[in-house]
Amino acid sequence: MKRYSSLGLLAAGLTGHTSWPRAWRDPTPRTHYDIVIIGGGGHGLATAYNLAKRHGVRNIAVLEKGWIGGGNTGRNTTIVRSNYRLPQMQDLMEFSLKLWETMTDELNYNVMFSQRGAIFLGHSDSDMTRLAERGDAMVARGLDAELLGRDQVARMIPGLDMSRDARFPIEGGLNQPRGGSARHDAVAWGYARAADALGVDIIQNCEVTGFSIRSGKVEGVETTRGPIGADRVGICVAGHSGQVAALAGVKLPVESQLLQAFVTEPIKPMIDTVIMSQSVHCYISQSDKGEVVLGGDPDNYPTYSQRGVPMRLEQVACEAIALIPALSKLRMLRSWAGTTDMSFDGAPILDELPIEGLYLSGGWCYGGFKATPGSGWLFADHLATGQAHPIARPFALDRFARGTTVDETGAGPRARDR
Amino acid sequence: MQLIACPHCGPRAQAEFEFDRAVDSVLALDASPAEAVTRLYERENPKGWSWELWRHSAGCGVFLKLHRHTVTHEIAEVSRLDAAP
Repeated sequence: MKRYSSLGLLAAGLTGHTSWPRAWRDPTPRTHYDIVIIGGGGHGLATAYNLAKRHGVRNIAVLEKGWIGGGNTGRNTTIVRSNYRLPQMQDLMEFSLKLWETMTDELNYNVMFSQRGAIFLGHSDSDMTRLAERGDAMVARGLDAELLGRDQVARMIPGLDMSRDARFPIEGGLNQPRGGSARHDAVAWGYARAADALGVDIIQNCEVTGFSIRSGKVEGVETTRGPIGADRVGICVAGHSGQVAALAGVKLPVESQLLQAFVTEPIKPMIDTVIMSQSVHCYISQSDKGEVVLGGDPDNYPTYSQRGVPMRLEQVACEAIALIPALSKLRMLRSWAGTTDMSFDGAPILDELPIEGLYLSGGWCYGGFKATPGSGWLFADHLATGQAHPIARPFALDRFARGTTVDETGAGPRARDR
Repeated sequence: MQLIACPHCGPRAQAEFEFDRAVDSVLALDASPAEAVTRLYERENPKGWSWELWRHSAGCGVFLKLHRHTVTHEIAEVSRLDAAP
């Protein structure tokens, strides 16, 4: 693998950037792999990288039905944070956040991870009580959290409507200074390049159409590019988790819904932190290109269309303008939607399925991007050793039947509606 | 915006309606614990035609049974939940 560096970039510039080798191969699938990962998004590629790097598995394929990073890895609002309330979620997301902090060096690929702070806004006394409770839970677990007063929020986010008759009055906030954002495409490309260099076959335009299962044990997959044998298979396909598991006859506790995001035309820097309101469900940040990135509620009904409903665009725009009135001057540039597999407690599922050798990393709901490096690490451990990492254990598939759901929002089986 | 034909109110904007649940997740009151888990948590989650319960929550409030396509969003049938089969 040709190492990327500032000096190398400068040198390549002298010859018009014509000297760059391709970043990963385009291999023909072999007939058999030790481990096959279905899904070439951030999670699948990170899993393959960890299997090769930390567990020494060399005979791995990542099968992607389209192009790598073309699903939810490229369809999110790029926010990274670990400011959760429940210890199981805190441990998972903080494990991941720590890996974000070293990812650029680890992969020799600039993922532009920017720890600019992630602020939850509080709009009422009860919001502030909830934020204080969350902040206390975080600090007690060793995470970074700062409860902000009204004046502090006003200083940190100058554009907010701080007037008393604002549609969403600001009472304060909760900041996680180590939270921030990253460049989503770079995460897929960085893991792909590093995994490829360790011998992982990344096979694009290869859709899995079935499983080969004998005596309750997986023996391989059927694909649009022919059958491929495998000792173990990992499913990392986000919104299509239910569809792929159904090919093996397994029903999952997930429903597929869309999550939309929007960007405005690029402008000069005006927002240097990540702004979130859990009461309003509006997410606002500014990309390094200058676009204001907006996110909101999921489209709350089952759909695989990858085309969001326009009424969500209207709702998110109204909320964002109510919070930061100056945004009303901007034109919307693009919108996109990702199909997410919403689990019924809002937490992911990391487990072996009832078929031996078939593993699932799914149910990431709308929180998958921030979990990418942690998910890859933990899922690789499970695939390599057959044992779930202690951080992954609370996310077992049988938690629904056992009544041990990880219910961050406290909404029970309707957590997906939050 | 997509219109949904409420049997009481006529064609109304989708924003007035809420998805409630897939029909196969409706739980009988005398269900066994095992069946309750299956109904509450396991889903066909079909990519294609699906039977669903929706509610005209910002309108007349009626529960509706929809036959809806989860890729094209086409709606083939809307009926009141209590209508005879």
